[in-house]
Amino acid sequence: MKILSEDRTRLLFEKLTKYIGVNVKLLIDRPDGTYCFREKKDRVYYISERLLQLAHTVKPDHLISAGTCFGKFTKTNKFRLHITALTYIAPYAPYKLWVKPSSEQQFLYGHHVIKSGLGRITENTPKNQGVVILTMSDIPIGFGVTSRSTTDCRHADPLATIAFHQADIGEYIRSEDTLV
Amino acid sequence: MGRKAKFDETKKVKKGPGRKAKKQPDPVFKKELLADDKEDKKLSHRQKQRAARRLKKKKELTEKRKALKEAKKKPEKDTEEAVSALDDETPQGFTDDNKEWLKPKKKGLGKLKEIEAHSDESDDEGLGEDENDASSKDDDDSEQEFKDTKKSSKENYKVGTLDDLFNDTDDEQDETLDNEETGDSNKSYNSDSSDDSDNSKDDEDEDMLPIEKANVKLKQKQKLDKKLADEEMQLNIAKQDVFAFPSEEELQNPTSLQDVHQRVKDIVSVLNDFNRLKEEGRSRCEYTELLLKDLCLYYSYNEFLMEVLMQIFPVQELIEFLEASEVSRPITIRTNSLKTRRRDLAQALINRGVNLDPVGKWSKVGLVVYSSTVPVGATPEYLAGHYILQGASSFLPVMALAPQENERILDMCAAPGGKASHIAAIMKNTGSLFANDANKERTKAIVGNFHRLGVVNAIICNYDGRQFPDVIKGFDRVLLDAPCTGTGVIAKDPSVKTTKDQKDIQRCFNLQRQLLLAAIDCCNAKSSTGGYIVYSTCSILPEENEWVVNYALKRRNVKLVPTGLDFGTEGFQKYRHHRFHPSLKLTRRFYPHTHNMDGFFVAKLKKFSNVIPEPFKDEDDEEAGQENENSESKEAEQNGDDPEDQKKTLQTGVKRTAKPNTSQPKEKKQKTDDSTQPTTNGNAESKNNQKTKKQKNKRKNKKGQKNEGQGNQTKQEDKTIEETKQTIKQNTQQDPKTIGKAKIEKSNEEKVQTKSVVVDKANENTQPNGGISSGSPKKKNKKKNKNKNKTNVQDQINKNANKITDNIEISAAKKLKNNNKKQKQIGQLNNKKDKPTVETTKQNTQQDIETKGKAKIEITNKEKVQTKPVGVDKVNGNINKPNILPSNESSGMSPKKNNKKKNKNKNNTNTNIQNPINKNENKITDKLEIAAAKKLKNNNKKQKQIGKLNSKKGGKEGIKKNLNKTKAKG
Repeated sequence: MKILSEDRTRLLFEKLTKYIGVNVKLLIDRPDGTYCFREKKDRVYYISERLLQLAHTVKPDHLISAGTCFGKFTKTNKFRLHITALTYIAPYAPYKLWVKPSSEQQFLYGHHVIKSGLGRITENTPKNQGVVILTMSDIPIGFGVTSRSTTDCRHADPLATIAFHQADIGEYIRSEDTLV
Repeated sequence: MGRKAKFDETKKVKKGPGRKAKKQPDPVFKKELLADDKEDKKLSHRQKQRAARRLKKKKELTEKRKALKEAKKKPEKDTEEAVSALDDETPQGFTDDNKEWLKPKKKGLGKLKEIEAHSDESDDEGLGEDENDASSKDDDDSEQEFKDTKKSSKENYKVGTLDDLFNDTDDEQDETLDNEETGDSNKSYNSDSSDDSDNSKDDEDEDMLPIEKANVKLKQKQKLDKKLADEEMQLNIAKQDVFAFPSEEELQNPTSLQDVHQRVKDIVSVLNDFNRLKEEGRSRCEYTELLLKDLCLYYSYNEFLMEVLMQIFPVQELIEFLEASEVSRPITIRTNSLKTRRRDLAQALINRGVNLDPVGKWSKVGLVVYSSTVPVGATPEYLAGHYILQGASSFLPVMALAPQENERILDMCAAPGGKASHIAAIMKNTGSLFANDANKERTKAIVGNFHRLGVVNAIICNYDGRQFPDVIKGFDRVLLDAPCTGTGVIAKDPSVKTTKDQKDIQRCFNLQRQLLLAAIDCCNAKSSTGGYIVYSTCSILPEENEWVVNYALKRRNVKLVPTGLDFGTEGFQKYRHHRFHPSLKLTRRFYPHTHNMDGFFVAKLKKFSNVIPEPFKDEDDEEAGQENENSESKEAEQNGDDPEDQKKTLQTGVKRTAKPNTSQPKEKKQKTDDSTQPTTNGNAESKNNQKTKKQKNKRKNKKGQKNEGQGNQTKQEDKTIEETKQTIKQNTQQDPKTIGKAKIEKSNEEKVQTKSVVVDKANENTQPNGGISSGSPKKKNKKKNKNKNKTNVQDQINKNANKITDNIEISAAKKLKNNNKKQKQIGQLNNKKDKPTVETTKQNTQQDIETKGKAKIEITNKEKVQTKPVGVDKVNGNINKPNILPSNESSGMSPKKNNKKKNKNKNNTNTNIQNPINKNENKITDKLEIAAAKKLKNNNKKQKQIGKLNSKKGGKEGIKKNLNKTKAKG
């Protein structure tokens, strides 16, 4: 558990901002204590300081996870957001996209969201914006990046991709071993 | 899927709240479909009118019929037949007699039509074609008419055709059909439209309506059926009463599983009322053994596990348990209260086509899934972490733990994180939760589940639970769901049935004990809110549950507190030979057959002090050790994976070896009792001795017989004296050299016998000395030597000393002091054996003997030496050992030396050989008495020397020399 380097912190926040915009600061300034980002084996964990103190008692070799894993830095030093971060991203995300029940399963198997499966989308969503994807019953099921703005969506082909798949909760089953 | 009709009135479907959760009303069925409730309906006005008319018509009809009959009585049967043939054309039912010659096809057709008519609720088809007009009129109210059975007398009659008669009978047929539906057979009771066809019963049936006839027949048939059924029942009962114990062949060639099952049932019934139902000459044991085998066969358990289960449950309950273990429990899910509420979840899942219900009043988060059209483990709700698949029994330990917010809690064996996430949910993600598991692979499942369920206050780590106190302590609450044999979840994993044996259970409970102690150590007794430890397993074996808790109660400052679970059965306070702490009734057991959840055990402990009491040994520990030893001592290497286990076995091994010493004389006594019978000789005796010793080696668990054993020593001496007599006799026979002296000895025999009484008393006096010397072997035993024979030797040395003292008592009171001194010396020698210096002193004494021996060992020594080889010979005859060597070894017995030699055989021979030596000594003392009081001094000296010799390594050589001397002198 080490503190993130300046460089990596910047990368992390850039990525987070893509999804939750200015709400990033809500992750840092919390009323219920200080929370911080820590790095372990290139994985970034979001953990409260109180818990962090306790986590230090565990030897690094024996520590599997502490707090919430947000994602990892790839070998090319880019930050990739994991589905495990959804707990924190979903409530803060300004741009959302709802999928129809019929295409829920498709998305959960790792497919992109196509126009025909699009149930609803936040107005004024720009192109290439990180969005949280929800079912029609408001259950967050993953996140992705829009390939079209809201206005373009209206005129899109039924089979055209609206949002690119990035992570979905199906990974909890599909790739439990490589989750973190 | 979908709603179930409320067929069963006892089950009341609760009205659920919410938009979608609101229960649909029960489906309404058309009244016609409900077969019952036809009698008590109120008739409408028109129906009443119709009924009245019908009655009137009937009367008319009967009159008509009578008239007809009278008219027809004269013509012969053929006309009757013609009439019945006419019946045949109009497809209606037939009488029994008709049935015989009627073609089945037509009959079937007719029937079919009737049924059609019945089900279509329009009787037109069944009736003559000419009635269509009439029936069309009735169409309006035909529905109503069909509600009751008396429906079908209609306006048809108004037409007043000849067919009236047939119409009527047809209607009646419907009635009879109704009857038949409720009755058993509907083939033979078709109404006979032609009453005439019933020739035989014509007279009686004359004034009977067809339906009445049918009724009579039906009743007769029912009577017959009932009679038959009763007879059959009687037969069955008779069969049941005499459950014959199967013969050997039957047992060896089981015919089918059904038979075995039947036999199991029979045996259970026999065992339930054993006194009445048992077969003469059969014991309960035989029945239970047979039951055990049959159960093993039928449910495919291994015998060990079945035996254990039979010890836990009474027979009837055992069967229930086994049956329940075959069936898997319903799937239960736990709502993740961090993300959703149970009501919302239930609603969402119902929308997905899942049929579920709350698990019970005791849980606010559990749901039982009865059936589902979608995989419950892969719905979007599941993936979003709204619930987790978890057995109902897994809620219990967490409920017992009762976590509070802002506490620090440890789950020691957390994978796959079900219970730990439950704890986090109850804490509402506050405080901190350590989820530990020893298996790194399985910690991944914890990570997955925690992130899915949104648990953010957790630290997941991978330690061996036993090491956890070294990592971090001071938890408010600790949950230990220990790894176990899984005998409570046989339905989930049937491999348990065949794979588990004593060793597995031992491994489990040893690990569980260590884990529980570690868990207790991790807990902080001074916590303001907590200080609780919950121990749970999914096993039902008391070895893994109550015994483990009992162990912890003795070793840590903890006490049992109520679990807070208001159901479940109380834990055992006693199980077989175990007697647990009475507070163990506060623990809870859950069984598949009584609680419809997996077999489970929950105990809640409160830690009241952080001080760890001094480790001590107690019976509990010993028993564990003994059991360990019984099976594991042979397999110590196999079991070597757990070093502490081994240590334990070693320690207990040390303890154990000391015990048989004390119990040994008793055994010997019994054996020697046999040997003292006149027919036995020395050889037999020595054989017996050998046997006893072997048995002693085998017997390891005897304990607490120290006192008895010491008491028996004295008795034993009587026998040694007697033995001496016998050996003396033999000596006289076999050894010509000793004949002369043996005669003297014979004369002495009587004296010895008389003295032996005194010897007993004397031994009581001298016991303290014996105590000292017998105390020393215990120390020596710690040298990992399982040979107990050396202690035998020492006992005998003590006895020798005792005898000597007795003799001296008799001779003079004054010499007792010397005697005591000798004994002390002997005791000292014995005590010294551990010390390295002893060897040197021994050497010195040996030299003394060599020098003094020449002068002082005179006549007596001769005898001694002469007689000795004979006794040894006999012994050696059994043992195939060189004559003198072992005898010398034994006479010069140094236990230490023997200890070093781990040769059991040798030790056996040594101890066997000791007896003759004792005898020799007796003889020596006897002779001394005879010789003179003056020689007593010498004698004492010699005895001293003997004592020294016994304690010496090099005694061998000394005796050899003595031998040579005496021979030369002789």
